[in-house]
Amino acid sequence: MDTSWYLVLSALLFAVGAGGVLIRRSPLVILLCLELMLNAGNLALLAFARMHGNEDGQIFALVVMVVAACEVVVGLGLIVAMFRRRLPLNVDDMRELKG
Amino acid sequence: MSTTTYGWLVLAFPLAGSLVCAFGWRVLPGRAAGWIATGAVGLAFLNAIGALVMLLDEPTAARQLTSSLYDYASAAGLDIQLGILVDPLSVYMCLIVSGVSTLIHLYSVSYLTADRGFARYFSYLNFFVFSMLLLVLAGNFVLLIVGWAFVGFASYALISFWYRRSTATDAGMKAFVINVIGDIGLVLAAFFVFRELGTFDFLAAFDEAEGAFSVNEGVLVAICLLICVGAFAKSAQLPLHTWLPDAMEGPTPVSALIHAATMVTAGVYLIARMHPFFELAPTAADIAAFVGLATLLFAASVALVVTDLKRIIAYSTISQIGYMIVGVSIGAYAAGMFHLMTHAFFKALLFMAAGSIIGAMAGNQNIDRMSGFRKAMPFTCALLIIGCLALAGFPGMSGFFSKDEIIGFAFYRGGMYSILGVGMYIASFMTAIYAFRIGFRVTRGEPCPEAKELEGGHLAHAEPQNPATGEREDTDVGFPGPEHFIAEREMPMKVAMSVLGVLATFGGLVQIPGIDDAVEKFLAGSFEGSALFETVVPTGEEWVGLAIGGAIAIGGISLAYLFWVRRPGITARLIERFGALHTFLAHKWYWDEVLDALVYRPTIAVGRFANSVIERVVVDGLVAGTVGVVRGVGSLVREAQSGFVRAYALLLITGFAALGVYFLVASN
Amino acid sequence: MEEVAFFAGAIGALGGAVAVIALRNPFYSVLALVVHLVSLAGLFLILHAEFVAAAQVVVYAGAVMVLYVFVAAYVGQVEEPIWEPIPGQRWLAPLLACALFVELSIAVLGTALSSIDSEGPTVQLGFGEPSSIGTLMLEKFLVVFEAASMLLLVAAVGAIVLAGRRREENGRGAEAERAAEGA
Repeated sequence: MDTSWYLVLSALLFAVGAGGVLIRRSPLVILLCLELMLNAGNLALLAFARMHGNEDGQIFALVVMVVAACEVVVGLGLIVAMFRRRLPLNVDDMRELKG
Repeated sequence: MSTTTYGWLVLAFPLAGSLVCAFGWRVLPGRAAGWIATGAVGLAFLNAIGALVMLLDEPTAARQLTSSLYDYASAAGLDIQLGILVDPLSVYMCLIVSGVSTLIHLYSVSYLTADRGFARYFSYLNFFVFSMLLLVLAGNFVLLIVGWAFVGFASYALISFWYRRSTATDAGMKAFVINVIGDIGLVLAAFFVFRELGTFDFLAAFDEAEGAFSVNEGVLVAICLLICVGAFAKSAQLPLHTWLPDAMEGPTPVSALIHAATMVTAGVYLIARMHPFFELAPTAADIAAFVGLATLLFAASVALVVTDLKRIIAYSTISQIGYMIVGVSIGAYAAGMFHLMTHAFFKALLFMAAGSIIGAMAGNQNIDRMSGFRKAMPFTCALLIIGCLALAGFPGMSGFFSKDEIIGFAFYRGGMYSILGVGMYIASFMTAIYAFRIGFRVTRGEPCPEAKELEGGHLAHAEPQNPATGEREDTDVGFPGPEHFIAEREMPMKVAMSVLGVLATFGGLVQIPGIDDAVEKFLAGSFEGSALFETVVPTGEEWVGLAIGGAIAIGGISLAYLFWVRRPGITARLIERFGALHTFLAHKWYWDEVLDALVYRPTIAVGRFANSVIERVVVDGLVAGTVGVVRGVGSLVREAQSGFVRAYALLLITGFAALGVYFLVASN
Repeated sequence: MEEVAFFAGAIGALGGAVAVIALRNPFYSVLALVVHLVSLAGLFLILHAEFVAAAQVVVYAGAVMVLYVFVAAYVGQVEEPIWEPIPGQRWLAPLLACALFVELSIAVLGTALSSIDSEGPTVQLGFGEPSSIGTLMLEKFLVVFEAASMLLLVAAVGAIVLAGRRREENGRGAEAERAAEGA
């Protein structure tokens, strides 16, 4: 398969993930959609790595995975903390930035 | 020591005295401030004499010496020096100013002994002397204007000396505002001179004037009229005279010094100094002369009816300066300056005597309440009569020679100047009457209660009150002190008054027509090349004029004798018969009301309009409008800050998409 | 053969992604994501990224998703209201997502890069193997490797801090409960 197929697929997955972030209101699901976007990026990286013929892209993809893992840890920690304080788990209810 | 060094020293001593009194007011014990100030001015007088002596060494043609201390501005086309001009005219003025000032300082040491503001008074007074000397010695327009402005300030400070008296502060402000109007005239004149002649320096400007201007050229007439505005404001001529009677709110020595002998003569000095301009613009000179005539007639008429002793003398001053203005405007420079000198002597003397009498009256200044001080205050009364004789122009006194020389010159020039002469004779008659109105009312008749008390050896006492409005005051700082002083009991006052009495009597002898013309010969050094100065009235005609003047004086004195000694009831009956005229004169020809309506009210109305319309509506409207617009735009933009994270994410993605579109399009 | 594998993986990934955003129950979304991740791992294998595929399954689908499952179970069902408070979001979001996809596709397909239209050079043996990845990590990308480790450390510490029960807040929480009961 040509590289362009993988890239288009990656773009599609990215767009789906972006739409999900904008549509859903539960922080947990928003985080899941973020994962979608990150993985789409990973796919693109690996496609290019294959295209160039060296493994730098793969290293990059691994590092992205590391970052994603860390981010998930923090994000889920936040959700748990919110749940423990009996805050509504709805992104729209956190409007303190209004001004 | 060169002549000009003497000039600088004349300036330095009063300035130093002022600073010492100002900064040392806490530490100077008792009356030390007064003695220091008197000494400072005395030293100035000695240095003026030094300058005189040195100047007399020079030949007449070479008597205009300049000296510059400091290059104030020296740039493109502009050359202003901190320089003085020592010539006969300025030395003459210096002698008069410093001499009379010394005597008045001496008098003040006694007069203000009990006043809490003693040191402040002498600081101001010394500063005034410094400013007046600066004005007189200035060698260019810039320094002249500096001195002019300082003198205005000193006058204001001294008029409002008793600053807790609201009438005094009002009078001070009135004087200052009218002075500023004069300042504007003078400054504009200076600008015009610079524009036409390219220099601020006097000697240079006068040299250029002949070549640069044709006779009665528009610009030159404008310059001269603007100079006249300045002169009239400072010298209290019509219509800028209303501040001087009100300036009597200040302490009596201040009235003597500033508003009789020196500051008000600054205008006369100015016109005399600017004579090259005035001789090239006869129209302006004639206008000045006729304004002077109108003033002297008006003031003499008012002096006949006003009842406040100091105000009678104030109107007399306005009138006499009218004479001087006429004198220097028609070209009788020597006569005008001579009258300036004699007037300084007898007017200062009159004020000093008035101060003594007011002291005996425990602060009351109403002449209708004064009478019969002959026995109680012999010294004061004698010197008062000497002053009145000099003012009236009794033959042989100083005023006789000086005033009638001006009138003689007017008749000699003939034509329309004869009108000036006739008007001046009429005013002389009135002068004699009101001079002896004062003289006879105060000295003759039944002793008033205060006089009776004084005969018993006890100085009358009264509740401290404002002499004009009668409202009660205290005697703390800002008000006059609790004690009153009369000449009989105070040596410094006696000395000062005696010296002036001698000068008022014999001062005229320096310029007796045909016998010696000391003043004229001395001043010739300043009036080189002046055609009018060269014009000399033949001695015979002069003596005829003097004789007429003497006769008028004696006639006036006799009429006064009739009114106030022989038949005291006449004046009351005259007031009844000519009630309307009396009211008109007593209200000073309604000048204050006219100026109020013509100048004050429109200005206030314009100010109010500017505030309510321009300020509130336009300016505030613009500002508030701008604020409103910004606030409106802000509240619109604020809609984007909804607080919804998802909305922000949407905007983010939108931006990203837009950026993508841009790059796609750009790369094509 | 490769095409079949590609399409299989692609459909799986796409289906999983759509399911993530469409399903109401967050637990089901998590499961859908797992499917998505495994499909992606398949695609990675086709791209000769064996180590990355293995890491994807083990770390991502394995550890990270397990975390998600735990939290989803702990948090439970979240009632998502139907009404949309932000005006225009409901239709703008899909629109923009489409716009994004279209743009990226145009960028990819219209590019002047010729090699995109090809599969890529013939890869040597050992491309994507753990040994070559490891060599690269320790030689060319050592700093990156270390930085990533540091990041992991920080995240671990952060997790402990976030998760730790603070005595005060617990006490306050208990007090608030008591106050609520008493009122």
